[in-house]
Amino acid sequence: MEKVLLKNIDNPDSATIKAYEAAGGYQSLKKALDLEPKKIIEEVKSSGLRGRGGAGFPTGMKWDFASRDPKFPKYLLCNADEGEPGTFKDRPILEKNPHLLIEGMIISAYALQAERGYIYLRGEYPHARDVLEKAIAEAYERGYLGENILGKGFRFDLSVHQGAGAYICGEETALIESIEGRRGQPRIKPPFPVNVGAWGMPTVVNNVETLANIPYIVEIGGEAYAKIGSSDCPGPKLYSISCCVEKPGVYELPMGTSLREIIYEHAGGIKGGRELKAVIPGGISTPVLTPDKIDTPMDFVSLPKIGSMLGSGAIMVFDDTVCLVRVCWRAMRFFEHESCGKCTPCREGTGWMRNILERIENGFGREGDIELLQDVALSISGKTFCPLGDGAANVVLSFIRNFPDEFEYHIKNKKCSAGEE
Amino acid sequence: MALVDEIREIGRKYPDRRGALLPSLYLAQKEYGWLSQEAYETVSEALNLPPATVKGVATFYAMYRKKPMGRHLIQLCTNVACMVMGAERLVDLLKERYGLEPGGTTEDGRFSLVIMECIGACDRAPAMLVDTDFHSDLNETNIFEILEKYK
Ligand SMILES: Cc1cc2nc3c(=O)[nH]c(=O)nc-3n(C[C@H](O)[C@H](O)[C@H](O)COP(=O)(O)O)c2cc1C
Repeated sequence: MEKVLLKNIDNPDSATIKAYEAAGGYQSLKKALDLEPKKIIEEVKSSGLRGRGGAGFPTGMKWDFASRDPKFPKYLLCNADEGEPGTFKDRPILEKNPHLLIEGMIISAYALQAERGYIYLRGEYPHARDVLEKAIAEAYERGYLGENILGKGFRFDLSVHQGAGAYICGEETALIESIEGRRGQPRIKPPFPVNVGAWGMPTVVNNVETLANIPYIVEIGGEAYAKIGSSDCPGPKLYSISCCVEKPGVYELPMGTSLREIIYEHAGGIKGGRELKAVIPGGISTPVLTPDKIDTPMDFVSLPKIGSMLGSGAIMVFDDTVCLVRVCWRAMRFFEHESCGKCTPCREGTGWMRNILERIENGFGREGDIELLQDVALSISGKTFCPLGDGAANVVLSFIRNFPDEFEYHIKNKKCSAGEE
Repeated sequence: MALVDEIREIGRKYPDRRGALLPSLYLAQKEYGWLSQEAYETVSEALNLPPATVKGVATFYAMYRKKPMGRHLIQLCTNVACMVMGAERLVDLLKERYGLEPGGTTEDGRFSLVIMECIGACDRAPAMLVDTDFHSDLNETNIFEILEKYK
């Protein structure tokens, strides 16, 4: 497959506007500004593009909702918070192909008739901030941003808003609170941001990778785009793969490529030729899978059928030396730290789950701890404003469901079985 | 430009100047080294927000420094991918070598250490930021070669 999202990133100058334009960049913007905004929304609808931030919501439909709302001004927010552990797929776009994102945002803003955009960038990516700010300045200089873009009478202003180390701000309503200068605590939905978002106005929040697909959709048309990859959720997809593989990294492949192909063909197989024990397909919040499931296509439709989710497409591979109780405990320490504290089940439950996992891992597990963990997890699932708590519960429930022996062994023998030959 | 003016300038990027609060806290932190009472008051004055509001927002976010820090801030990731690739051993070594504990500062004020939640470099784990410099593929030797460059 020809690369769309990571095109040219091997060129050392790929982040400059010169290199981007030389490779055909900003041609889609020129084409888009000659189209009716509605026509672009139609193309995105027919492309079948689904949001790459985790939830997989149809992008064209989201835009349509915002576009139909009569209130102005409208806002376009790019979600570059990339906080889901295991995820590093937006990073190459932000650091090496920033103009693709910027072009995607200008076209999207035109389609939505939004005059103001922000890129909500996680604080942990200081290099990306420098790259983006330089790229935005270049785009202003060229007349792609600001007043009267390319003489077509459309105005769009864009800037970077830097986060400050809060995973929850990746959740779209918390992100909006954070841009408004508040603590990043999610809002209850409805109303949805497409109607009542930033500063109470219609707001579209899209992930970096989602927006980076837009120039290509405008270039080849929605129908042609819909033929790439899985038919229910087409397009190119960035998969980030890490932990126990020979060649961890970000791979751009057609949506729906199987886990087996990604692990063994692209990422070079399990490190040191060891045995595969477990794999998390879509970032730490998505349920873990056993090795017999790796022929599943990595997409929004196939993974739910086997009890997991595509999430951010962040694959974490664990071999037989890794202690899964420890992985579970570390994940829970993360959720406890990142719970925003608004909803009691999540705030209290993540701490208790971390506590119980810690004693199991440290050899102080008690009989009944597994049931207790499940009970706490089920008291969080579905009982919170936002899905952070569900993610935490998923980890515990799926690890126990798929690897019960490992938990039982820890409790009974007060030690770990991983790595024992 | 004075800090207050700089903050007001940023406020123009937002329809409501409170939007400038997060960027302003970064600026104040840079100027004062950490978010001291004085830093909060400056931001509060520039944005015309109560100091309690400013502090209330700042304390929500991990990357604002609520106490004085060493000359160099090490933010080391120990989340799952970094953990699997050996980050916990590095935490132990920092303690052995510098007496540096997570959340603490060395006695000579050279380094502070903060444990970070996923730095988004899982393919090059373990990884850390030292101030704003990114370092990856760390191991028991190269981490000290890197840190020795920060005096
Ligand atoms: C706890 C939590 C964290 C999230 N973090 C991110 C993130 O870092 N980046 C992202 O794009 N979406 C994240 N999301 C999803 C967003 O809420 C939202 O669905 C997404 O930005 C919409 O964009 P899309 O339709 O282009 O996917 C997160 C959701 C939750 C519940």
